[in-house]
Order: sequence, then C-alpha cells, then structure tokens
Amino acid sequence: MPIEELELETDFAIEEFLEAEAAKDLLRFSTAGSVDDGKSTLIGRLLYDSRNVYEDQVSAVTGTQVGERKPTIDFALLTDGLRAEREQGITIDVAYRYFSTQRRKFIIADTPGHEQYTRNMATGASTADLAIILIDARKGILVQSRRHAYIASLLGTRHLVAAINKMDLVDFSEEVYRKIEHDFRELVGSFGSASLTTIPVSALEGDNVVERSTRMDWYSGPTLLEHLENVPVWTDVATQPLRLPVQRVIRPDQNYRGFAGQISAGTVRKGDLILALPSGRTSRVASITTFDGDLEEASAPLSIALTLEDELDISRGDLISEVDRKPQHATSIEASLVWFDAERLETHRPYLVKHGAQTLPGRVTRVLYRTNIQTLAEEAVNSLGMNDIGVAEIELTRPLYFDPYAENRGSGSFILIDPHTNATLAAGMIRRGVATAETGPEHKAAVVLVDGSLVADLERALLNKGAAVVRTRVTAVKTLRGLLALGLIVLLEEAMDADADAALTSGGFAVMNARGTAKVSDLVEQLRVADVLDAEERRAK
Amino acid sequence: MATLSSFEPSSEAAIPDSTGKRLSHLKLLEAESIQIFREVAAEFQKPVMLYSIGKDSSVMLRLAQKAFFPGPIPFPLLHIDTGYKFHEMIAFRDQMAKELGLDLRVWRNEQALADGANPVTLGTQRCCGLLKTTALLDGLREWGFDAAFGGARRDEEKSRAKERIFSFRDKAGQWDPKNQRPEVWNLYNARISPGESIRVFPLSNWTELDIWHYIALEDIPVVPLYFAKERKMIVRADSLIPVEQSFVQSLPGEEQMVKSRLRSLGCSPCTGAIRSEADTIPKIIAELVSFRSSERANRVIDHDTDGSMEIKKREGYF
Repeated sequence: MPIEELELETDFAIEEFLEAEAAKDLLRFSTAGSVDDGKSTLIGRLLYDSRNVYEDQVSAVTGTQVGERKPTIDFALLTDGLRAEREQGITIDVAYRYFSTQRRKFIIADTPGHEQYTRNMATGASTADLAIILIDARKGILVQSRRHAYIASLLGTRHLVAAINKMDLVDFSEEVYRKIEHDFRELVGSFGSASLTTIPVSALEGDNVVERSTRMDWYSGPTLLEHLENVPVWTDVATQPLRLPVQRVIRPDQNYRGFAGQISAGTVRKGDLILALPSGRTSRVASITTFDGDLEEASAPLSIALTLEDELDISRGDLISEVDRKPQHATSIEASLVWFDAERLETHRPYLVKHGAQTLPGRVTRVLYRTNIQTLAEEAVNSLGMNDIGVAEIELTRPLYFDPYAENRGSGSFILIDPHTNATLAAGMIRRGVATAETGPEHKAAVVLVDGSLVADLERALLNKGAAVVRTRVTAVKTLRGLLALGLIVLLEEAMDADADAALTSGGFAVMNARGTAKVSDLVEQLRVADVLDAEERRAK
Repeated sequence: MATLSSFEPSSEAAIPDSTGKRLSHLKLLEAESIQIFREVAAEFQKPVMLYSIGKDSSVMLRLAQKAFFPGPIPFPLLHIDTGYKFHEMIAFRDQMAKELGLDLRVWRNEQALADGANPVTLGTQRCCGLLKTTALLDGLREWGFDAAFGGARRDEEKSRAKERIFSFRDKAGQWDPKNQRPEVWNLYNARISPGESIRVFPLSNWTELDIWHYIALEDIPVVPLYFAKERKMIVRADSLIPVEQSFVQSLPGEEQMVKSRLRSLGCSPCTGAIRSEADTIPKIIAELVSFRSSERANRVIDHDTDGSMEIKKREGYF
C-alpha cells in the first residue's frame, strides 16, 4: 500500500488503533508436538490467519481492502530457527513466537516433540497460562499427548486445550471426536485441576482454527482462536495472599529505603500491615513507589518498590507477605523435580537452590519415585537422569518460606544449580514441607503487661524457650515500637495508657495484659493461646 | 492529529484493582523487564548496558530508570562506536548521557580505524567483525564486565527466537546454541566462572510494535533520524544511501533531496533510508503496520537464505 494513501486517512484512525492496542492483555501458551502431527501447520495457520484478522482491523482503520488469502506456505519453515535444526530437519529448542489479534497479544512457547522433550516442554509450560495439546483424530490419544498433558498439569498450566486435529481425515465425524474427548477428559481429570477445553479442528484446511467450520454443525463451542482470545488470565492472582520476594533494597540516600521486587501473588495497598520473613517483623506500607508516581495499590505481577513505616532489616532474598495468610516454612521439603542435566542426580551432594530472589545451599536426601512418563506409573528409583520427572526430598541449610506450587507458582518453584559446573540441573515444584525449622520456637513481637513479682521468672522461662525478651518500665510508644521492631517480646512492668495501647495495636503489634496471673506456666500458656509463642509449632499440629 | 499526550498511559487501564481487572500487555512486559534488570544488578559484580542509541536502547534505558527509581541506574552504559555512526546519533547519545547523568563509556577499535577499516575497502562482513564484534569483546574485557544487557528481541530474527533471556557466553564471548541453560519461570541462573559472562536480553518478549507503542505511551526521546524530513541522499536504484562519509562516492545526478527517514540506526555507509512521510511516532506506527502486511510474503521467502545472524552471534556479536 502506498504510504501517501495511508497518510491521508490515518491521523485520527491511528489514535484509535493505539488505544485499542493499549487495552490488549497478554496470553502465554505452549504447544508441543512433532512435525507429522500437524503442530507446525496449526501454528502457521494461527499466525497467518490471525494476521489476516489483524489486517482486517488495520484496513478498517485505514479504509483499504485486504487482499486474497495467502498462497500455500511450508509452515515448518517458519518454525525451525537454528542452522543445526534446518540441517538435521528437527527442532531442538524452545522457540518463542509472537502474534496478536484485536483482543490480545500472544506469546507462544513452541516446544519440539522428540529431542529433549521433557526438558523443553517443562521450560515452555513454566510460564504458560494455557497449553495446546494436539491429538491426531485418526490415532487418538498417543503417548506424546498424554505426556504433554501431564507435564503441563505438573507445571501448573491452568488451561488445557485439546485440539483434535485432522478432522478432515475422519470425515468430520462427531463420534470419533466425542470418543477422544471423553477419554482425554478422563485422563486429565486423573492428574490435575486444570480446566480442559476440546476443539475439533483441521489445521490444514482451517476448520475451527480461526474461521468457524461449516462442516461440523454438531460442534457449537468456540474456535481455537476464540478460545485463546477469551480464556481468563491473571484474574484471581490479585486476591491470593500477598507475596513479594525482595530482589533489591533501593537506597539512594538516607531518606529513602525501598524494597524492590515483582509481586508474585496478591495485592498490596498503602497502609497495609505486612510481615517480613524470615525476621517475622511487621510494619505498615508507607508508600508504593514507581517511576510513574506513587500507587495506592499494586497487584501481581507488577514490579514495584515498597517503603515501610518502621526501619526493618530486610535484604535481598527476604519475602514480604501479608500477616494473616503467611507462607509455610520448612528446612526440608518434598518437591517434584524435572531433571535437565546430563549429570545424574546424586543424593547428598551439595547443590544450590534458587528460590525467589534467594539462593541457598541444600542437598537431595532421597528420591521417592520417578514417574514413568509413558504409563504415568510411579517407579522406585534412587536417582534421576536427564528428562526424568520424579519426587524427592530436599534438605536446606536454612528454613525456606514457601507456598505449595499448586497454590503459588512464584513462591512454590525453584531451580537446582550445580555449584561446581554452574549448570541448571533441575526445575522444582514444592509439594509440601517435611520438617519444620528447628531454630527454636518462633515468637511474635509483643508487649506483655506483667506483674513485677513474676517478671524475672517469666523472662527466664521465655529465654529458656529460645525467645528474645527484654524487660522495661518505659511506656513511651516510640521506645516500645523500637523494641518491637527488633522482634522482641517486651515485658512491661508498668501500666500502659489506652492511647499507647491503641497506637501499638494499630501498628500490628500484639499487646497483652497478663497482670493478675499468678503462675509463670499460666502466663506461658496465655502467650501460646495468643499466638505470641510457638505459633508455627501449633499450626503445624 | 494524534499527539503524544493523547497516549498517556491511563492509570485505570494500567493498574488492576482487586477484582482482577486486566493488566495491559505493555504493563506486563514492563514488569517482566524490570524484574530482569533488578536481578542482574543484584547477582553480578560488574554489569553494563550496551547502548546502541537506537529505539530499543531508548526503551531499555527507560526501563532501567524505572527498575531502580528513585535511585540512579547502578551500572554504566557502553557504546561500541564504529566511528561511522551518524552525527545525529552521537549528538543524541551525548545529550542523553548529560541529561540523565549516565556513566557512559565509549569503546572504539582505534587500531582498525587507524588502519583505515571501512566497509568499502574491507567488505561489510570484515568491517563489522573488526569494528563491532572485536570492539565489543575488547570493550567488555577492558572494564571486566561480567554481564551485558542488550536490546535484542526474539521477534527480530529466527536464531534470536531461541535465545535465552540470560544467554551464557564462554571465555571467548561465544554463544553455543545447542548448549543453552534451561530457563524456567523467572528464575535465572546467574552463576559463572571467572572470564565467562552473560548477555541479558530484557526486551526478549517485546515486538517491534510494542517498542514503538511504548515509546509513544511513555514519551521516550528517540534520535530524530527516525522521523521523515528532506534529507540529502544518494539515490541508487531502489536504495537511498545517506550522504555522510566521504568514502561513499556518488555518481553525477545521484545526490538528491528526498523526504526520508531511517527505520533502524546503524553505520551511515551501510544503513539505507526509506522514502517516508512519517514525521511523528503515530505515523511511524501506521507505516510499520502497513509495511508488515506488504512485506510479509518477502519475509517468508527470505527466511532460509541467512543463518548469518546465528553465525555472528556464535562469534560473539549481540
């Protein structure tokens, strides 16, 4: 199209175009398969036909007609990037592709079917919201489709789409489709909570990919592209418990101290009470800083920086959480592993665990089983090799704050790194904590009003339990807040006025009046009941 | 007429509320890029940002500002100057460095330039090898940088579609596409041995349209060469060659004033201009969209002739 022609009509239209662009969200999806199952054709069809959609939109904006459908193209040529791949006629690595429609932008993680399949599928699935699983209508559910559905579920892909392809070669038979749909639904139901949509398509002829098929009246569901455009993404993550792994402390001068990271789940608002882990200190959010101005609230997955009302000692690798819905913690975890490296897993060898923004030493203490990816049976083994998937226990040198992967991808995932070769050995998905931290009983910062006659005994009892305690007669709020910010249990031998009580309570600190209690053991029990002492231990039981 | 101010990011659209309002794709890409910047700054001893002055570098620079705001960008910028960049590029570079208070380092292969290296006498491949790849590797070595940000995007070229965000380079600065580290979630393995390095691509998932759209939304300054105006060009067949270097000789009648602009910025002898009326960013985007359709067929046919980018990358080029 001559530019001059475009020029005349675009000034206003391009503005509308950009506004429409700005409103688009993003869906990441993965595909897997080999050349002969029609994956390349399907992707090519999506890229090509949807660009027609894209151009229709552009032409509507510019008032120009779009030409005929494009000539036949060898779609496989679009999808093989590296020289070695072209030379060998195979696809080696995950390739990322981009396209957009009027509603959405899409990122495809296109993973090859044979070579290194597990590793590549896991890589592609790790960031995907949706996985397209190709099933050849003539062949039904093959090992590869089963494997892909399993890996996508394991990696927490929320939406599975079974594209039942080559419907043209089974005479668009509803019976064939229903049978596969039924079998596949049963399979997916057996290993996950992901939603499943099945769509009968012919990638080669374009049926139900972008354009609705006229040859399958019995199917009333969406076309593949309609489904991709409408499936919800990032919808409930904002209401999940807040998790902000601290990547960096930004400190340009004495007046500003911001904790920077990408929110992995939940929403944080100015004034919210937050919990810093592992210290266990609490404070309120003073501001949510961004280059574009302070925000009142921010949700996952935005990258932000927080400042707090109190001076807490927080550094890279720490986790900021909400107070009520805390993450779990453990020094030993049970996790699913996808083993990447040619070097086999060795139990008790030192490895590095990168989790959130922290890296800590750990070792695999035992391998529980390996999942046979053909049969999905669990096999007893004592090691994992390249492309194996299994479950193992990992012991860490420090307590790890985490959520199960099924609940939170960000705080439930980790990678294993070999400290000598620096290779990325495996991807890990935490299933549960095995042993809780043995760092003495956890306690919360609190002010405990206590009679002078018992204070010494109570202090000794608490110190024996490993708690950090301080005695004071000072009732100034500023001083008390300072002590609380250090995570101490403050034993106060004086009465405190209501204003001071209210000031501390609103700061999220516990204030307990234990005056009048006669026995130290009763006092300790009161502290337990109030969750000041042994909170974690009680919860674990 | 569309103006930049009409494309201010609207806060309602950009920020989700607790009911899960959608985040725009640009906001998601921005959040991802910022996470990458912060991760590199925390994990490496001496990171550097390769600054090529073009539109992608301009977006990278803005994202780096955002990542560390209200603090300064905690690493220097490095420009590999071939000596043949457009004057307007160098002026823009120096102005940005001054305005933003950047620690800008410039590296040139002085020896090769003294020996008279230019694309006319050496051919483009050898010239690029000396003035870009060699200079880049020498520059990184000179200051001992262990991580270098680059503005490459996966949608640019086929070998880049398979590049990691953290791309490992051996002691010679070379890329081994068959031996890349698996990259899952946003957990990047930043561990290297002495002498090895990582190239980091925070714009991996951005498309060319995203880049221009972000420039419009954020009002990011770009080199004026991107905007159409009457420029003196050597008109040779379908090519427009900017008149800038004396060794690029014109034949009688070839030099003309042409309303034109540059789509990408490189060295003046090797960067062709295009005839264009696009003198604003919205017009550039309109032009980009129209090119995309008309050039599509060519792209598909072209694809298997190259592999040249992959070869350059293996040798150490970005």
